[in-house]
Amino acid sequence: MSGIQVDIHAKHFPATTGAGLRKVLNALRFSAERGEFLAIVGPSGCGKTTLLNLIAGLDLAYEGNVELPAASGKDISAIGYVFQNPRLLPWRTVLENIHLVLEHPGKKAAIVETLLEEAGLLEFQDAYPGKLSLGQCRRAAIVRAFAPEPNLLLMDEPFVSLDATTAERLRQLLLRIWQARPTTVLFVTHDLGEAIALADRILVLSDIPATVVADVSVTIPREKRMDAALIDEFRRRIPESRATGPSNS
Amino acid sequence: MFSLKEHAPRLASILLFFLLWEVGALALDNRLLPSPGAVFSILLDGLKSGEIPYHIAITLGRVAASFVLAMAIGSAIGIAMGRSRLLDRLFDSWLIFFLNVPALVVILLAYVWFGLIEAAAILAVAVNKIPNIAVTLREGSRALDRDYLDMAKSFHLSSIRTFRHVILPQLSPYFLASARSGLALIWKIVLVVELLGRSDGVGFQLHLYFQLFDVSSILAYTLAFIAVVLVIEMTAFRPLDRRALRWRR
Repeated sequence: MSGIQVDIHAKHFPATTGAGLRKVLNALRFSAERGEFLAIVGPSGCGKTTLLNLIAGLDLAYEGNVELPAASGKDISAIGYVFQNPRLLPWRTVLENIHLVLEHPGKKAAIVETLLEEAGLLEFQDAYPGKLSLGQCRRAAIVRAFAPEPNLLLMDEPFVSLDATTAERLRQLLLRIWQARPTTVLFVTHDLGEAIALADRILVLSDIPATVVADVSVTIPREKRMDAALIDEFRRRIPESRATGPSNS
Repeated sequence: MFSLKEHAPRLASILLFFLLWEVGALALDNRLLPSPGAVFSILLDGLKSGEIPYHIAITLGRVAASFVLAMAIGSAIGIAMGRSRLLDRLFDSWLIFFLNVPALVVILLAYVWFGLIEAAAILAVAVNKIPNIAVTLREGSRALDRDYLDMAKSFHLSSIRTFRHVILPQLSPYFLASARSGLALIWKIVLVVELLGRSDGVGFQLHLYFQLFDVSSILAYTLAFIAVVLVIEMTAFRPLDRRALRWRR
């Protein structure tokens, strides 16, 4: 049972200087099993966000084909998207933001409450996002993405510009929520260490035009991934890893 | 809510205004500048006899009808032009044309073409205001945040939900601004419309007292009219402002 199949022949953007087109993605092909946690790692500006936007259907101008997992539920969204900035509507409370992406919020009340509790946001559910910290907003964005029980979860560097401790806590939160409700995850990051800590499998992308240069299964058992030495050792086995920099960059 | 510190300067300045008026009237001793006392006694008579409330109610009805009509059509045009480049290019010059047609011309043409009827009066006022509202709302829909629209799209929100929760809240400052300036303009144009082609309403009454050179009655109507506008401003717009902005820190 396949989760998602991506086969992009090419994606161009207008060149930033002069006329003509700049090729951003080139012959980018991969698939993910249902319930697989796939990390996509690559240098900054290599088109990772572009790739997610193509998959989410936000950008239709490309050559190629994306096959999404068949929708099973009846909810509005089969895709959950956690953006780089949380993109909660500032004029709606946390709870209203979550209800907005649910077709029948009443039917999902139990899930929403569990998620909010796990994320430590129950007491903030009636607050406007402007009153929350960035870390809290990111947690709310994760809750919003999981609430419709999506078949596919897209995450675009959701833990950047947080301090190391907060980022680590959010990674643990993400894993707890995901393990309780397995779904296919595409997790984009420039941080190889983060990818190794979270994913089942890692795709390494080249600089633009981006294509897959390595496809590595993470063989460290999940319960041992708190061990920095193991992660460092594994990191050395991944090609192009020097190009992606140290984990805490 | 009522604090003396905040309202004392305001009250004092209103008293000063009437004091200056009284002094001026005493000094000139001319029936073309009646004293505040004389005007207030005419105002009270008019209120008691029901004449002033009757004509103000008629005028208010026309203001309300043309306001609703202008807001509905004007914002629909503005939002459509803000969202679609093609519509904007097609109709931009129309907008500039209608923005610059003098109000008096629209009123005269409406009466000439449709006759001295109520619908012509209301239409004439609305047509005068529609271009202003359209321009404001076009600005507003050009300034919509793409990030939130992408969020709505990736979560597959229906267009109704997107409009209500994502677009409308971003437009509300523009709605309020155009409603405010719209009402101020419509008040004034309605009076002209009444003066030219209706046989009731404040504008008609003012015209009547102008022909009789009855300045006291003109001022009495003016005061009553300003009072009504202030009440509407305080009871309708201020609470709307507060409601629209309650999410801001």
